[in-house]
Amino acid sequence: MKLIFERSTQGAGASTQYLPSCDVPEVRLSGKMRSRQLRLPSLPEVEVDRHYSELARNAHGVNDGFYPLGSCTMKYNPAVNEDAAALPGFTKIHPLQDDETKKGCIKLADELKKYLCEITGMDAMTLQPAAGAHGEFTGLLLIKAYHRSKGDLKRTKIIVPDSAHGTNPASASMAGFEVVSIPSDENGCVDLAALKAAVGEDTAGLMLTNPNTVGLFDPNILEITGIVHEAGGLCYYDGANLNAVMGIARPGDMGFDVVHLNLHKTFATPHGGGGPGSGPSGCKEFLRPFLPDTDDPMSIGAVRSFSGNFLVAVKAYAYLISIGAEGVPEAAKGAVLNANYMKTKLADLYPMAYDTVCMHEFVMSLEKMKHEIGVSALDVAKAMLDHGIHPPTMYFPLIVHEALMVEPTETETKETLDEAVQLLRDIHAAAYADPEKMHQLPLHTTVGRLDEVGAARNPVIRYEFEA
Amino acid sequence: MGSYVPNTSRQQEEMLRECGLKGFNDLYRDVPETVLLKDKLALPEGMSEMEVIRHMEDLAGMNTVYRHILRGAGAYNHYIPSIVGEIAGKETFRTAYTPYQAEISQGVLQSIFEYQTDICELTGMDASNASVYDGAVAAAEGCEMCRDRKRSRILVSSAVDPKTVKVVRTYSFGRDVEVTMVPEKDGATDLDALKEMLGPDVSCLLIQHPNYFGILEDMDSAVSLVHEAGAKVVVSCNPISLAVLETPGEYGADIAVGEGQPLGIPLSNGGPYLGFMASTAKMMRRLPGRIVGQTVDCNGKRAYVLTLQAREQHIRREKASSNICSNEALCALRASAYMAAMGPEGLEKAAVQCTSKAHYLLERLEEAGLKRTYEKEFFHEFVTEGPKTDEILKALSGNGILGGLPLGDGKILWCATEMNTKEELDETAAIVKEVLGS
Repeated sequence: MKLIFERSTQGAGASTQYLPSCDVPEVRLSGKMRSRQLRLPSLPEVEVDRHYSELARNAHGVNDGFYPLGSCTMKYNPAVNEDAAALPGFTKIHPLQDDETKKGCIKLADELKKYLCEITGMDAMTLQPAAGAHGEFTGLLLIKAYHRSKGDLKRTKIIVPDSAHGTNPASASMAGFEVVSIPSDENGCVDLAALKAAVGEDTAGLMLTNPNTVGLFDPNILEITGIVHEAGGLCYYDGANLNAVMGIARPGDMGFDVVHLNLHKTFATPHGGGGPGSGPSGCKEFLRPFLPDTDDPMSIGAVRSFSGNFLVAVKAYAYLISIGAEGVPEAAKGAVLNANYMKTKLADLYPMAYDTVCMHEFVMSLEKMKHEIGVSALDVAKAMLDHGIHPPTMYFPLIVHEALMVEPTETETKETLDEAVQLLRDIHAAAYADPEKMHQLPLHTTVGRLDEVGAARNPVIRYEFEA
Repeated sequence: MGSYVPNTSRQQEEMLRECGLKGFNDLYRDVPETVLLKDKLALPEGMSEMEVIRHMEDLAGMNTVYRHILRGAGAYNHYIPSIVGEIAGKETFRTAYTPYQAEISQGVLQSIFEYQTDICELTGMDASNASVYDGAVAAAEGCEMCRDRKRSRILVSSAVDPKTVKVVRTYSFGRDVEVTMVPEKDGATDLDALKEMLGPDVSCLLIQHPNYFGILEDMDSAVSLVHEAGAKVVVSCNPISLAVLETPGEYGADIAVGEGQPLGIPLSNGGPYLGFMASTAKMMRRLPGRIVGQTVDCNGKRAYVLTLQAREQHIRREKASSNICSNEALCALRASAYMAAMGPEGLEKAAVQCTSKAHYLLERLEEAGLKRTYEKEFFHEFVTEGPKTDEILKALSGNGILGGLPLGDGKILWCATEMNTKEELDETAAIVKEVLGS
């Protein structure tokens, strides 16, 4: 594919057609002006259009095919939500308009916060964080501000299980905490003895994903939050996996004090190739004064200029009012059932990391295959690329070797699951028939396997124009 | 009721049976009994799609859509060519995840590589990341890039947008970093004061150009003062202004950041927006977030891939340069499509019209009785002072015009762009004159 800069011909741009000529006297600034030429693309609109159509053809969205990418909840993104978010009464609102001129925006945000509080069992919510990791950072600052407000300066450590998403320890670091990693037990859940040994007077809190990253609901959840509270710490709920339990069980009832949600996972807003997301932070009443984006003197301040990725909130709100009170647990149950169904249909060929009823996702370990015939999780994932199915998440969580993490979501039909199961079974057979060939796959994609080491060693991260 | 669960209850029963389970309750057997929700959620009943869209239209209808907007202060009303929305609306771009599987994601990866190139061209810097959440976060992350063991204090100009300052302070609370404000004099950073405040513990200066009051800072002097003291310069800039103003690369900034919203992203009550970040080659490996690099595939064909991942949270965990995972990819794509449509000439035209219209508006407002607060040269925002601020803004609002942002003490921060016609600028001045005359 040509780069858009390679399609450009100077002076052929459509630029002049968009703006009328200036109807006031032209003013040129006398300060220091740019002397370097601005080499943006310059091409007719039809060529711009075709360029991006070509790029879109060489990408894969939920609309293109099944996307069982574990931990990412790639469910269908309903079309009506897009229409709602495109209403001029939302898109043309300046964020600094007076409140009385944007009552609709305020009402929508307030209602969404109320619904999210109800789903999580929290008392207060902010929509300001722009993504999940941003919500984590916000929640951790609430914990920090809380301990500080009590004059408790020695609580400097955040406990994170070794199965956690990388964002958890990274967020804790950004919030100024020291990270204490604790091992998981043989079931992939929190090791109670290790947790008891880790907590103390320096514990600021625990960050936990539940269902956890191996797709299991931690049966000891009440003991876990109890141990942390007993030690004077707070409990942080990473909402990445809320899709499995929304409407069934609430983090607030499990003993969590702070949560973040991912509207772009659980609440059906699209991922946009890596954003925009939205990561609302919720908390129990005693933490409310510390929330960002309020006038409260105890507030941590702001984590972003304005009040959040508003149009993403619009889509999540439209989703919630569509499915309603009964639709929320129905979605969760559908997600959990779809995952268990696929797991059952694959378990004889692909060893499961944890052989028990799973939540909305499950983790397969290809360690045996790797050992027997040298075919890795990466090889199996790459083989799927030739068949229009996005592969599962690879090599996560870190505690499972040769991991493939599968999350089908509730919006897939049984037929789609059956096809994916058949494909994985076919790949398994092909691998044992000709293991060598597996390292060459995929064969039918835009490009073959990439030289990633070379890319990092000699970084070329922008187009270099010919002199 | 809307539902996006396609399997029928009969199919679901069959699937449960195949799993060896009796019912849905078996799926949740690990959830403690006391934690299981007994009651239905206190949410409204579901709605049909027709009801949903009517309800959303009602909510949108409660908001005032202004005919004319003369308010900026961090969010700017620019013309967005129709093609930009068409491109960003392509379903595959909208519904794809972060391009982890490069072989089927070349379109998304290439779009990010092109965006990085656009940002480097605009700022005159060497390296750009794939975006962060917004301009204020970009500023906070930019300051963090400059910190080391010896140098940890951040200086921030008082002429930086107060919303950005608030975010920088919040991020600094996390890292226990001290933030010191450099005073402002006549609407610009007080360079004499800056000189006094620089010291061996200062990591960087955060400065905005054009600044919050629209004024062009003396960047040459600021940069040389800061560099002499061994610290770095993080400049927050308006991307449209970069079509005409000297670039951060040219005046020697170490890091250039900004709010990318003016590049084809609708006002949208504040988001989603786009934080852009660019640095010198030397600081490239300290950039937070995703970066796309060029490479080759097994057949020697040019291809793109997420690179320099050793900086990132999924590899480095607590030692990562930032926790960022999702960014604002679709907004970055929008910005690229906007720049491709407008081209260098179109962007320059927009920039020159912004300046011209703002200067015209100032002249008319001065005639109407408002006084210009700062004499320094400005890009497309300026401050006036005078009596009856509330009455002026109310009268404008009553005529479908969103006036400037009140800053207190009779000051108003105005903004004009290519969207504002001479006619409406005249109309604005006439309304102001009427209020002040009565």
